[in-house]
Amino acid sequence: METATPAVKGALRSRNPHLSFFFDNEKVLGLLMIAPAVLYILALVGFPLIMAFVYSFSDITIGSADFGFVGLENIESLIGDFEFKLALKNTILFTAVSMIIVLVLAKILALILVKDFRGKFIVRALILMPYVAPISLGVIGWLWMLDSIYSPINWLLQHTGLFGPDFWPMWLGKPNLAISAIIAVHVWRMLPLATVIMLAGLASIPQDIQDAALVDGAGYFRQLFQITIPMMLPIMLVAVLFGIVFTATDIIIILVLTRGGPYNSTQVLVSKAFYTGIDAGDLATGAATALFLFPLLAAVAIFMLRIARRTEVA
Amino acid sequence: MTKHKKPGKKIGLQIAHWGSLAVFAVFASLPFLWMLITTFKQDADLYNRANNPFIFNSAPTMEHLRYLFNETLFLRWLLNTAWVGTLVVIITLALAIPAGYSLVRLGGRWGEKLGIGIFLTYLVAPTILFIPMSRVVANLGLQDSLWSLVVVFPSFTVPFAIWLLMGFFKAIPPDLEEAAMIDGYSRFGAFIRMVIPISTSGILTVVIFSFTLVVQEYIYTLTFVTTASNYTVSVGVPTFLVHGDVYNWGGLMAGCLIASLPVVIVYNFFVDRFISGYTLGAVKG
Repeated sequence: METATPAVKGALRSRNPHLSFFFDNEKVLGLLMIAPAVLYILALVGFPLIMAFVYSFSDITIGSADFGFVGLENIESLIGDFEFKLALKNTILFTAVSMIIVLVLAKILALILVKDFRGKFIVRALILMPYVAPISLGVIGWLWMLDSIYSPINWLLQHTGLFGPDFWPMWLGKPNLAISAIIAVHVWRMLPLATVIMLAGLASIPQDIQDAALVDGAGYFRQLFQITIPMMLPIMLVAVLFGIVFTATDIIIILVLTRGGPYNSTQVLVSKAFYTGIDAGDLATGAATALFLFPLLAAVAIFMLRIARRTEVA
Repeated sequence: MTKHKKPGKKIGLQIAHWGSLAVFAVFASLPFLWMLITTFKQDADLYNRANNPFIFNSAPTMEHLRYLFNETLFLRWLLNTAWVGTLVVIITLALAIPAGYSLVRLGGRWGEKLGIGIFLTYLVAPTILFIPMSRVVANLGLQDSLWSLVVVFPSFTVPFAIWLLMGFFKAIPPDLEEAAMIDGYSRFGAFIRMVIPISTSGILTVVIFSFTLVVQEYIYTLTFVTTASNYTVSVGVPTFLVHGDVYNWGGLMAGCLIASLPVVIVYNFFVDRFISGYTLGAVKG
């Protein structure tokens, strides 16, 4: 075995025989080196995750010292709640619509960026900005661009004649417009990451396969749909999975742009959980609300595992 | 393929190429451009609907920057962010470097599996954990303190850091440590003297990644911290400059821009490495 010989040699040559039990015994050393990280993750990811479930079945509030169990009461009252259903619907709607748009745009953008051209680094840096800059700060830029009175977008559309002289939409003031604005900002935010992941996928397609297809007379679209896209499927799946996680669990865009308004029309699970759990102090209902994201994240995790296993075998 | 094309078609393709690039680049960077313009605009120019918002109708002003640094806690928030970021980076490295090495070299068959398991905890988003975590922080007596952030933030930096470092350690040939051990170092000694020095670029990647995650973090800070002077920049700016009584757009945009730019610039040089982590090795970089 690869591990046995160096361990023996090391133990023989180590200067301090007392320490060599820890520093040379590979099993002991391996455990010692991994233990702090694992203990930390158990304490600050594992434990809170269990507590999230426990809270969901309890009547805990911010003020209370102890709490009793109420079984499925929280979940049942949530399912009957109109505002909760709206938040659940919005979470799915925002995630699904923005992911579809992101996938299409990212594919196009990746196909453009895969070529080498002068100034590519600058263009790529500009396109990456929404993902790289702190989200809450970038979204404030959107808040100001969608301002009800001074929106430069409205000004531009009016002065180019696309909007009539009296048409000045209040982007964040009307439910349907606010929903579109939130989706647009989600797209803006996720597009760079999806594009860069797809670029990595495009770069990994062996050139000889493309050359062979060209020799066989495959046109651009034939190549795109029969070679590029099928070969990129696993990588596109990765982009989609991360996109789902980042979009469905996002609270910043909602909190900064609309705070869930107008009339709760843009409330999502996480923002609802924050307002009931932290602002209103009802930890139990808040935890139960957020927990509805867990099945989604678990499904994503299973897909990720499959991808990881497939690449491990390959 | 291009050889057979007529020059006209080639020019058309060029126009389509640069046109679509321009549309994407403007879409992505417009909010930041708008921040830049607003930062230096006089209020009278800014709040006049008759003016073209994209040009300076009056002379540029430094007033908003003066306001931001002298009359708000912006500088304090920047310092808080830097302080928390530094501590979190140190904790992340201390936990992730040995763990990553252990999983790659000493873990045997379960190493890779445990590594993937740790990576998956990256998906257990703060949005599920922030409510119980608020209780954990309260029980530790860290409410409304920067230390709450120092303790909790590694929960999202460590898993991905371990994953990234595993990739780097795997690329180091095992002969290197074996040679060091033949020279009399213990396994741990070889790790300290040989592996860490040649992994500098991987460690630097983790430093940048962890620090930018700290700068971006929002929901934990919003949940744990209540005193204005204890905020980090990405929560302080939206909380106290937007939802205050007065909307000072000039100062606000200046704050957003100043806090974003360094992160944007640094991150750009490392982005490909993060991506190879994200793609789970499905793409060989």
